[in-house]
Amino acid sequence: MNNTVFFLALLMETILVSNVVLAQFLGICPFLGVSRKLDSAIGMGVAVIFVLLLATAVTWPIYTYLLYPKFAYLQTLVFILVIAALVQLVEIFLARFVPALYKSLGIYLPLITTNCAVLGVTINCIDFEYNFVTSLVYAFGIGVGFLLAMVLFAGVRSRIDESGIPQSFRGMPITLIAASIVSMAFMGFSGIATGIFGISI
Amino acid sequence: MFEAYILPVLIVVGVGLAAGVMLMLAAKFMAVEVDERVEKVRACLPGANCGGCGYAGCDDYAAHIVSGEAPLTACPPGGTAVAQAIGAVLGQEVGEMVPMVAVVNCSATKDQAVHPMDYIGRKGCLAASLLYNGDMACQFGCLGYGDCVDACKYDAIHVVDGLARVDKDLCTGCGACSVVCPHNVISINPHAAHVVVACSNTDKGAQTRKKCSTGCIGCKKCEKQCEYDAIKVINNLAVIDFDKCTSCGKCVDVCPQHVIENCFKGAVAGPAEDEAVAAEA
Repeated sequence: MNNTVFFLALLMETILVSNVVLAQFLGICPFLGVSRKLDSAIGMGVAVIFVLLLATAVTWPIYTYLLYPKFAYLQTLVFILVIAALVQLVEIFLARFVPALYKSLGIYLPLITTNCAVLGVTINCIDFEYNFVTSLVYAFGIGVGFLLAMVLFAGVRSRIDESGIPQSFRGMPITLIAASIVSMAFMGFSGIATGIFGISI
Repeated sequence: MFEAYILPVLIVVGVGLAAGVMLMLAAKFMAVEVDERVEKVRACLPGANCGGCGYAGCDDYAAHIVSGEAPLTACPPGGTAVAQAIGAVLGQEVGEMVPMVAVVNCSATKDQAVHPMDYIGRKGCLAASLLYNGDMACQFGCLGYGDCVDACKYDAIHVVDGLARVDKDLCTGCGACSVVCPHNVISINPHAAHVVVACSNTDKGAQTRKKCSTGCIGCKKCEKQCEYDAIKVINNLAVIDFDKCTSCGKCVDVCPQHVIENCFKGAVAGPAEDEAVAAEA
């Protein structure tokens, strides 16, 4: 029971309060790059959730049983290696089974490799000293938070495209301003997980 | 020594090797079979991704050609040359293609068409047409805000004096402009069809006169003049049957509203004149 409450609190914390894009500012590249259309935004979000779960499931045992404690300094190097390989795997998988999504993601699919959200989550799991299951829940929450941010921002951008923006703000400037406003809106969630569940994460 | 230097190297190499083997297996078992003919067919296509073939860009069209779902002759910009090049790759015989060209079925410049209001919104035909179907009294004519200009990949259509005009030399007949036009005023005609009706108005003659000084009023003078039974007034608008038309130009002379145009008036016209006339047509 206590565990369930903790996981719920952790999910709420990662999805809303410390949202990976809007509060931690990780993974801005795909957030701005693929949020133009709702379809590809959802596709990217789901792909990132998948990669996050896979990466955490692989890197946590590698760190815990192989690297810790003597070779902890190899953490970043090995994690990047593993994440790159996993993204390649996802790419091969998508090209084979979901070619439409593979096409619409385009260059941003290999760029999940350098999506700092993925490396950030795997390293955070180690730094926060989560156990395996908690790490997976954390990674899932972060992924859903990323998906939420992508979907919300795809909606914002479709509104931006249809409004009369002053010439000098068109394109990336107004997109960045809108992103910062959405980010500020998410600040309203701060402390909500602790308040509802009565435990601090 | 071993634990400090060699073991970490072995760990990283081991992880890398494991990842490499995994990827190799994945690539082997989940390989996507790419027909190498797709690449060759793709190389024959112009690469403008205009969508004139009806597929999502040249890559998609090439894939559909090889899979046998698309005809070889569907690329309007490429024409016969590209169709034959593709035929050579695939080992198929290809006949001649009829070259097509975009024609603006409106001849009203900004001054000739009646504008009952001033449109000051976003510049674009689609945006303008959302408000009372455009700022012109005529519901069929060219609005002149240039959605077709943005759609054209070949820089072949331009708005001059409030009327879209096609450069016949540059136009490939891909039809991208025709798709975006909210008034459907651009049609894709055979390049050889020299005589065209530059009006789309199906209102009755008296109404047309009030809205435009150069609209088809359905007087049927052209229909009576034509010796080949090629021009007919249907629904108050003259329509040419390109199979029967011989481009003799007699209907051009009798039209009181000057909406029937001969694109190649006076044998070979100069490029500038040609462009203007072709556009009006």
